[in-house]
Amino acid sequence: MATSSHSGKSRYRTEKIIRITFFCISLASIATLALITIFLFMEGLPIFKEVSVKDFVFGQYWYPTDEPPDFGIFSLIVGSLSVTVVSSLISIPLGVLTALYLAETASAGIRQWVKPIVELMAALPSVVIGFFGMVLIAPFLQEVFGVATGLNLFNASLMLAFMSIPTICSISEDAIFSVPTELKEASLALGATHWETIARVILPASLSGITTAIILGMSRAIGETMVVLMVAGGAAIVPISLFDPVRPMPASIAAEMAEAPFRGDHYHALFATAVVLFLFTLLFNLAADYISHKYKQVGASTL
Amino acid sequence: MFKNSNSVQNRRKLLQFIMFGFFKMSAAINGIALLIIFYFLVSRGWRAITWTFLTQPPIDSMTRGGILPCIVGTVCLSLGAIIVAIPIGVASAIYLNEYAFQGRILRIIRLGISNLAGVPSIVFGLFGLAFFVVYLKMGVSILAGALTLGVLTLPVIIGTTEEALRAVPKTYREASLGLGATKWQTIYRVVLPAALPGILTGGILGLSRAAGETAPIMFTAAVFFTPSLPSSVFDEIMALPYHIYVLATAGTNIEATRHLQYGTALVLIVLVLGLNLMAIIYRARLQKQH
Amino acid sequence: MEKSLKIAIKELNFFYRDFKALTDVSLDVYAHEVTAFIGPSGCGKSTLLRCLNRMNDLISYIRIKGSIFLDDQNIYDPGMDVVSLRRRIGMVFQKPNPFPKSVFENVAYGLRVNGIKDKAYIAQQVETSLKAAALWDEVKDRIHESALGLSGGQQQRLCIARAMAVQPDVLLMDEPCSALDPIATQKIEELIHKLKKTYTIIIVTHNMQQAARVSDITAFFYLGKLIETDETDAIFTRPKLKQTEDYITGRFG
Ligand SMILES: Nc1ncnc2c1ncn2[C@@H]1O[C@H](COP(=O)(O)OP(=O)(O)O)[C@@H](O)[C@H]1O
Ligand SMILES: [Mg+2]
Repeated sequence: MATSSHSGKSRYRTEKIIRITFFCISLASIATLALITIFLFMEGLPIFKEVSVKDFVFGQYWYPTDEPPDFGIFSLIVGSLSVTVVSSLISIPLGVLTALYLAETASAGIRQWVKPIVELMAALPSVVIGFFGMVLIAPFLQEVFGVATGLNLFNASLMLAFMSIPTICSISEDAIFSVPTELKEASLALGATHWETIARVILPASLSGITTAIILGMSRAIGETMVVLMVAGGAAIVPISLFDPVRPMPASIAAEMAEAPFRGDHYHALFATAVVLFLFTLLFNLAADYISHKYKQVGASTL
Repeated sequence: MFKNSNSVQNRRKLLQFIMFGFFKMSAAINGIALLIIFYFLVSRGWRAITWTFLTQPPIDSMTRGGILPCIVGTVCLSLGAIIVAIPIGVASAIYLNEYAFQGRILRIIRLGISNLAGVPSIVFGLFGLAFFVVYLKMGVSILAGALTLGVLTLPVIIGTTEEALRAVPKTYREASLGLGATKWQTIYRVVLPAALPGILTGGILGLSRAAGETAPIMFTAAVFFTPSLPSSVFDEIMALPYHIYVLATAGTNIEATRHLQYGTALVLIVLVLGLNLMAIIYRARLQKQH
Repeated sequence: MEKSLKIAIKELNFFYRDFKALTDVSLDVYAHEVTAFIGPSGCGKSTLLRCLNRMNDLISYIRIKGSIFLDDQNIYDPGMDVVSLRRRIGMVFQKPNPFPKSVFENVAYGLRVNGIKDKAYIAQQVETSLKAAALWDEVKDRIHESALGLSGGQQQRLCIARAMAVQPDVLLMDEPCSALDPIATQKIEELIHKLKKTYTIIIVTHNMQQAARVSDITAFFYLGKLIETDETDAIFTRPKLKQTEDYITGRFG
């Protein structure tokens, strides 16, 4: 039966075309990334005709609608960094310890329940978490700590921590899980307790994975928008206390973009702010990638 | 000599007991936090959920009425997003997992994907505004929003598809190739069908991710209020996440519409978590089969 | 020399879920002898060995019936302290598994976790153990370099040194040479010979020549049962059972 008389040559050519097509499609992610970069810069760079890069990044005052306007995003950057740092102080221990619980000490029955909980945490829409922080946590903080506003650095950090815990936890868990059993057994066989084995063998061996997890968690926190938009308080100041309101970069962009005149200075300044934000997350992600590739996890032995 | 005094032993055991206590506590804190959010949304939101609420548009400057346009908008946007993301994502995953050789190009593509996954959602929003809305002249529309959400969900789809492809046993491919099938025939007839359930799970996760996003649609698709349902992909629309944000921060009477806010949040969360739960259960069942 | 009983396994039955991996195993192990477990792959040798330091406890779905006495103490007693049991029973695994730490830190590990802080003592104990494992001369110049840089045979001797540093009574070895070349294997066999003065050694091997070379007592297992056990000479020259004879003469499956 010579019905499908594909000659070897034409079949080879078809295969090649298919292969190349898939290759081109797989470039879509990089192409998008490139487009994002190009368009952010295109719309952001014009602001530097008005202010110098230095004044933009280190300028103390953000009064974009004043006459004349001030485009200094230093307090926005500090706002972003402060919520990121404070939230990691909460999310790192909780995320890593939960990962250890899941990977090491939880029984199979319990893990079956806790893992979906972490996944559901990751799936909660940020606007819902922001809403929760606004209507429940803010009044609570105001009452308990007697602060002027419950919408502040602390509240935002708390909500952001909740959002980055799943990232930190699930990537750390993978890293801990892939530490070879042989290493664990070797340690236990020497009379180390389970905790000593975790502290001295498992954690060091999975350190690069956990570091990656932490960086990605922080990257998630610095880029998160709705939460900081709704609960950070929105004041473009350099915070002195945990209960000061702040205005992280994403909040500023989201809040002002709708009102900024199209292709006006304010509009360009917001795009330039997005460039700074983008560069921050790019830095975080490249660092995470570098660490996870440079310090590949070690196997039991490399025979 | 070896002095293994009882006090040393006891101290070691105590330390372990304490540390494991911390582990458990952390896990419990997460669970409790999730429960509190649920409890709070359900207890305050369920009363708002009525037939009218789900089937009517908002009225009286959005202080009464329902959220039908938001539900429709969110469904349109998230479906649109995965219609964009699934073909590209699945094809990318096929290339990465089935065709590509280990090497620099693969490394760069992967780097691109992981960095795309890390782009802040507000940056996607601005990109969508600058590229789809302005540059490609789509205007603020379902199309622009769906495309923006599509590129945002792309890494999710790629990741889950790759996982599904990796789970297909090597022997399947070898058997098919051994029978004289070409690589593409093998992928199309053997690998993809075997990976389909996993890819589907990824699609569901992508859907739920897109449904919950706010910042990317703020400037690309969503508006405060539009009384009519969309009739084409070039229409602006309302969406659940944005509606919550608007009512909670910029509504005409924030306190008086609290119950509507809770209700909308509850609807959104039921939608998003429902999809996720579906994916989780489906995946668990798949794993049991293997 | 009077033989003294070190380990007594009594009526041991072992299950992985519903699969019975060991059936009614009873066996005495004497101090300062080398006991070899032989038998075809999958007959339960590793399972039994890992019962002796309760390493199987790590697997959630196992069930054990019967008892194992170490110096007259049942190690499966509810009150048994597994951590100190494992300190008393060292284990060397099939694949060398050094920690990704320096040679020194590998050997010092067991001492450190056991609360020893005296630096001089640790250093001296590391040296003693490495010497006892016939590794000292090869590594003394690179003792603070990563253990992963050693050859396979060296890594395995490092693992033996690491096990000895905490001064156990018993050494369990699960096919310690299966991943090694003949020369490295020979070194380890010599080492085992030397070590039996100090330790009670149990070695799993599927290499019958090795069992014949290093052990005093040989126990032959088949399908989870202990078929025959005797002095090694006797087992290899005049086995009592047909099954044993078939296996050691290679007329097996
Ligand atoms: N972790 C495990 N789970 C389930 N079955 C196992 C496990 N480990 C070993 N087995 C089974 O128990 C039997 C004995 O295994 P093992 O003790 O490793 O044999 P040996 O060391 O003699 O080759 C084998 O049939 C093996 O498949
Ligand atoms: Mg074995």
